[in-house]
Amino acid sequence: MPEQIEKEPTEPQETVQIDVISAARMEEMTSMEKIHFILDGVREGKVVILESGLSPEEESKLIEVTMTEISPDGFSGIDIETHPRPAAKPNFINKLFGEEEKKLTVIGPANQIQTLHKDSELISALVSTK
Amino acid sequence: MGIIGKAKTRISDSVNALIGDDGTARIGIYGPPNAGKTTLANRIARDWTGEAMGAESQIPHETRRAHRKEDITIERDGNSVTLDIVDTPGVTTKVDYDEFTEFGMDKDDAVERSREATEGVAEAMHWLKEDIDGVIYVLDSSLDPFTQVNTMLTGIIESRDLPILIIANKVDLDDANPGRIDQAFPQHETMPLSGLEGENMDEMYSRIAAKFG
Repeated sequence: MPEQIEKEPTEPQETVQIDVISAARMEEMTSMEKIHFILDGVREGKVVILESGLSPEEESKLIEVTMTEISPDGFSGIDIETHPRPAAKPNFINKLFGEEEKKLTVIGPANQIQTLHKDSELISALVSTK
Repeated sequence: MGIIGKAKTRISDSVNALIGDDGTARIGIYGPPNAGKTTLANRIARDWTGEAMGAESQIPHETRRAHRKEDITIERDGNSVTLDIVDTPGVTTKVDYDEFTEFGMDKDDAVERSREATEGVAEAMHWLKEDIDGVIYVLDSSLDPFTQVNTMLTGIIESRDLPILIIANKVDLDDANPGRIDQAFPQHETMPLSGLEGENMDEMYSRIAAKFG
């Protein structure tokens, strides 16, 4: 009978979940569904990455709804960073007719994102566990 | 609606947006917390009406409700413009009551201020959506302007085709760098200013009269 090896007990590890959401998934949702989908995830401590970002109107609504959900000793808000995708930079024509700029967007809980840095090629987030 | 129809509607909306029903443009003073919005609003109001608009403080979120001062008539360079100035709470995506306790507030006061601040930000966004015809966007020129709140807010303002004048405020500070704000927003008109010291106010009034008049 083989000798049974006992594993050393390990400390339970705190983890952070990162959800990457495709543009196709977001396109299926209404604006309010997108906002609640994002905020529900962030309130659970997740970092949410959107392939295609939000429209200015949706960003405006996101700020409003975030503010209504902040509570003392609970949810303290979001940190957000976006990265424009060069192929979709707005020009005169798509600005005139309201076409939206596509942009990679990273959203996380404000009390867990310690550093959120952006340059022309990188978004960097340091996320602490609760 | 066809392409030409869409274009006509957007151009017409832009023209109608700047001039309210009574011919008075309603100009919102927007920006992040502690950029000096109320100090600037008070200086404008005092210069042209003799009365201030609201309390100023170094503690973030001193302004937690939008305040409107009506019928401020600015005359410059042969242009005359009558404005309603709306001083709005600083816009942010997060509020933590710990930042208020660091200024010596007790916990209950800090929690209450935090709650009012969140309502104020939501109100500011609502004004921007419904009731503002043009924007004076105020930034602290000693701080990095490349923040997501600034990017989002200017994007929202652009998407509504609202005219915008960006103020690089607090140039009286030693580490002020108004050139950085100019570089951050090349698509918009920017200008350096000290609302506290009153530096460059005449230039700002000329630009307001030209842009919003």
